[in-house]
Amino acid sequence: MGERFGPGDRVRASRTDPAHHTRIPRYVRGAVGTVVEPEGRHPLPDLSSRRLPAEPEPVYAVQFSARELFGAGDHTVTVALWESYLESAGAGTRAEEL
Amino acid sequence: MSGDHDGPAATIAAQVRRLEELLEQRGLVDPEEVDGRLAAFLTRASPANGARVVARAWRDEAFRGRLLADANAALPELGLSMGGGLQDQRLTVVENTKDRHNVIVCTLCSCYPLALLGPSPTWYKSEAYRSRVVRDPRAVLREFGFELDPGVRVSVWDASAESRYMVLPRRPAGTEDADEQALAAHVTRNGLIGVAPV
Repeated sequence: MGERFGPGDRVRASRTDPAHHTRIPRYVRGAVGTVVEPEGRHPLPDLSSRRLPAEPEPVYAVQFSARELFGAGDHTVTVALWESYLESAGAGTRAEEL
Repeated sequence: MSGDHDGPAATIAAQVRRLEELLEQRGLVDPEEVDGRLAAFLTRASPANGARVVARAWRDEAFRGRLLADANAALPELGLSMGGGLQDQRLTVVENTKDRHNVIVCTLCSCYPLALLGPSPTWYKSEAYRSRVVRDPRAVLREFGFELDPGVRVSVWDASAESRYMVLPRRPAGTEDADEQALAAHVTRNGLIGVAPV
């Protein structure tokens, strides 16, 4: 099974807010970023932490602009996110315009 | 819940952290002393490793290229690896340039390239650093006494998953003739995290 996303793809981080353990930082939830590169495959912590079956899935380094995350700032933040946390934001989607 | 790991290890870590905080507040232990003793304990996992990697990259352009392209493959050239834990962790080395400065954090807990940097400093695990450096890195760097040129863009790397990051600082001016050992002596732990220039 290959990776769903590749470098340069625009992706939106899930708005999930589960009661169980997860490793999607709160500050990226709902934000649109750009895939930098895949970072290997690992079981989804949301499942593995509850001892549920979890096949390794792609993890991506995703870069967000500070403006997208916090409404201000000229820096970027790159976060590693499991594929399950991401949905396509479409080619050429401009986060700033949403 | 995303604030911490689950399970008994997290509970113990939280208790240890709280105990450490209380001891510091009461002046019974010095955080620097705690860090120093941990460093002595983990003699093989030390920022001296990261410093050697940086010094080699400054001296050897081909090694620098290999390091930035695939750090895990380049480390064995120096007898190093990221295999200190249960698995060989993926390492990405991020290079500072005249236009871009990198800084690392783990916002969810305290993920850190232990094999190359040794035990993480107390402040790296603090809520204040973890929450603030992603929002306003320049202000946080300023508190470390590091005033970044306004023209330099900042990239923050949140190592909250399975990968680890290390900063390759810029080579200080006036070190053109220095050998690898002398160059390594310039490199600090804070420089490898990105809260100091070198």
